[in-house]
Amino acid sequence: MQGTVESQGTAIAVDHAHEHPDFRVLGLLVFLISESLMFGGLFAAYLLLRGMNEQWPPEGTEVELLVPTINTLILISSSFVIHYGDVAIKKDDVRGMRKWYWLTAAMGAVFLGGQVYEYLTLGYGLRTNVFANCFYVMTGFHGLHVFIGILLILGVIWRSRRPGHYSAHRHTGVTMAEIYWHFVDVIWIILFTLLYILTRF
Amino acid sequence: MAQAQLPLDTPLSLPEHPKAWKWYDYFTFNVDHKVIGIQYLVTAFIFYLIGGLMAVAMRTELATADSDFLDPNLYNAFLTNHGTIMIFLWVVPAAIGGFGNYLVPLMIGARDMAFPRLNALAFWLNPPAGALLLASFLFGGAQAGWTSYPPLSTITATTAQSMWILAIVLVGTSSILGSVNFIVTIWKMKVPSMRWNQLPLFCWAMLATSLLALVSTPVLAAGLILLLFDINFGTSFYKPDAGGNVVIYQHLFWFYSHPAVYLMILPIFGIMSEVIPVHARKPIFGYQAIAYSSLAICCVGLFVWVHHMFTSGTPPWMRMFFTISTLIVAVPTGVKIFSWVATLWGGKIRLNSAMLFAIGLLSMFVLGGLSGVTLGTAPVDIHVHDTYYVVAHFHYVLFGGSVFGLYAGIYHWFPKMTGRLLDERLGILHFVLTFIGTNLTFLPMHELGLKGMPRRVAMYDPQFEPVNLICTIGAFVLAFSIIPFLINIIWSWNRGKVAGDNPWGGLSLEWATSSPPPIENWEVLPVVTKGPYDYGIERRQESTDEDRDEEE
Ligand code: HEM
Ligand SMILES: [Cu+2]
Repeated sequence: MQGTVESQGTAIAVDHAHEHPDFRVLGLLVFLISESLMFGGLFAAYLLLRGMNEQWPPEGTEVELLVPTINTLILISSSFVIHYGDVAIKKDDVRGMRKWYWLTAAMGAVFLGGQVYEYLTLGYGLRTNVFANCFYVMTGFHGLHVFIGILLILGVIWRSRRPGHYSAHRHTGVTMAEIYWHFVDVIWIILFTLLYILTRF
Repeated sequence: MAQAQLPLDTPLSLPEHPKAWKWYDYFTFNVDHKVIGIQYLVTAFIFYLIGGLMAVAMRTELATADSDFLDPNLYNAFLTNHGTIMIFLWVVPAAIGGFGNYLVPLMIGARDMAFPRLNALAFWLNPPAGALLLASFLFGGAQAGWTSYPPLSTITATTAQSMWILAIVLVGTSSILGSVNFIVTIWKMKVPSMRWNQLPLFCWAMLATSLLALVSTPVLAAGLILLLFDINFGTSFYKPDAGGNVVIYQHLFWFYSHPAVYLMILPIFGIMSEVIPVHARKPIFGYQAIAYSSLAICCVGLFVWVHHMFTSGTPPWMRMFFTISTLIVAVPTGVKIFSWVATLWGGKIRLNSAMLFAIGLLSMFVLGGLSGVTLGTAPVDIHVHDTYYVVAHFHYVLFGGSVFGLYAGIYHWFPKMTGRLLDERLGILHFVLTFIGTNLTFLPMHELGLKGMPRRVAMYDPQFEPVNLICTIGAFVLAFSIIPFLINIIWSWNRGKVAGDNPWGGLSLEWATSSPPPIENWEVLPVVTKGPYDYGIERRQESTDEDRDEEE
């Protein structure tokens, strides 16, 4: 037998019957590798299309920069804000955590609002040309992720109502929401570079 | 004793775990990895039967040169769904979801997977995916083949095609969630006494498979989402007349679907590495070579996808690069084959059904691998691309390589899963019929392909008729081969000889618990003292009382 099943006396130390180790953070990180590759696929398609078309973006498509830049600044700062929340919970400061998480959620909402505003005012729609196709699908897809991130944050806030649900020693949910938020942020930085900045060159 | 460690505020009488699951537990959202494994296996097998019926219908059509049995659109719909079901709803879920879930926690001495509820969720994404595919027949059925290349896929049967896309995205999600679970489980949940070089080879294979699925599946999802937009929302990612490009789809698709062949074959290789040493009663030859070659296949496999696109206007330098990298993957694969043959060499071989299927796999996989190497070289591929040579090749690999392996696994672990042995005479009959049927069906296809019979058509030049008839007869033999198998499974599950905990004398951990294993797998967690393949190797200094424990 590869393993000998030892007599009960010696085995108590290794008996994990009722212990459920928590690997959720690790699981999330592994999952995010996968998520980034999905965005990676979209980025690759975008770059290939860009390389194959003479003019990018095509004639008549003006890429507006003002609103998205403000939006980008908001999203990037929200990553710092949420981090303060995480710091707070590690000091057992649930109220502080709630405050920072509310603020992050609000900033995310403003970001989404900005995106909707942009969609409504841009001179082109989803079907105008391949660039517009990419633009809407990629930003829309990212927007969906921001939305999920906000839901996660609100979920954390909801759960933190119960006293003692999160503490300096128990904050896996809080940390996971933060990690996800940073991820959404990093993806946005790449998106912003590809869709907005690179079109200037 | 475990209760003594619980905090005081838990009620004194803990609800007793039931000892075993009842039949109806298998129809519920159950989080036990063993239930989930069997759910995967049974569901996948049902899809195998459905996909098999489609194949038989296609072969009946192809028995004669003209199209007189199936309407051409229906032929295309069968063709598309046959390929899709066989890959995405049979081989992948059975090998990874079925055997992976059932065996990995048992083999590493864990009580369950790292994320049991995620695991159940991943399984329950599969039935709706299958239902979507079957329901697509109400809308004419997707027509564009399992690869669904645009522009064909964007202009034919658009509703059915969208259902097809959603189905693939569902199974893709399932396989990503499953991979996360396997990676974390194997990485973190081994019993503390198990060193990495004592990890059974099946687990190494599952680790490599999961890494591969984790990085390649989402890229397919991205490609399919763009396709969905092209079909339904008027975008033009893949429409050349509006600035799009079809080759982009091919890149995204093959970045997944080439590794997909390793997704199917790596767990099967893992099964082989367990079945062969146990039934040859010898230590496996080259444990490390097999373990590392899985990882090597996983890495190199990600860089060869363009060999499916040699005829898509690929520039010569790319052809060169991808021809070479394709040939390189043959090396770690060859290493494995060599190790198994060396393990068999001089072993006290027990020629039972599991072993027969394993040896059958070896022989057929070598043939399929060789034709694969010829296809990997751009000049040959350009000659036989889209002929039956390709069909012959991938059926040797998929049928000979994957289905045989799944059968070997079923014969090998059925006693562990059910506590009963399968009937050997029926098993051998099943093997003989399958082996004859497979070769009769697919061997002549090499010739058809070299002579230029195109694939994916319901009608063909009459000169090919005699050879096609042989293929069709073979397909019917294959269809009949299922019957002894089904009888065997159903009868033995209820009435078979009681197996005992370890009927084959296996050394890996799953044989150390009872058959079927209790709900949390172990009364007491096992302690690893030996490698999983140390047959007949004397331990040198250990005390003898442990040995006496083993005799009992
Ligand atoms: C019951 C035995 C089987 C028979 C008789 C059979 C027969 C066929 C036939 C006639 C085709 C159509 C070829 C063409 O027109 O291009 C086909 C395609 C295919 N088969 Fe099978 N097959 C069988 C089992 C399997 C299995 C077990 C798998 C995978 C695990 C599989 C995977 C595929 C794939 C991927 C295609 C290509 C579909 C496409 O080109 O879109 N088949 N098969
Ligand atoms: Cu390939």
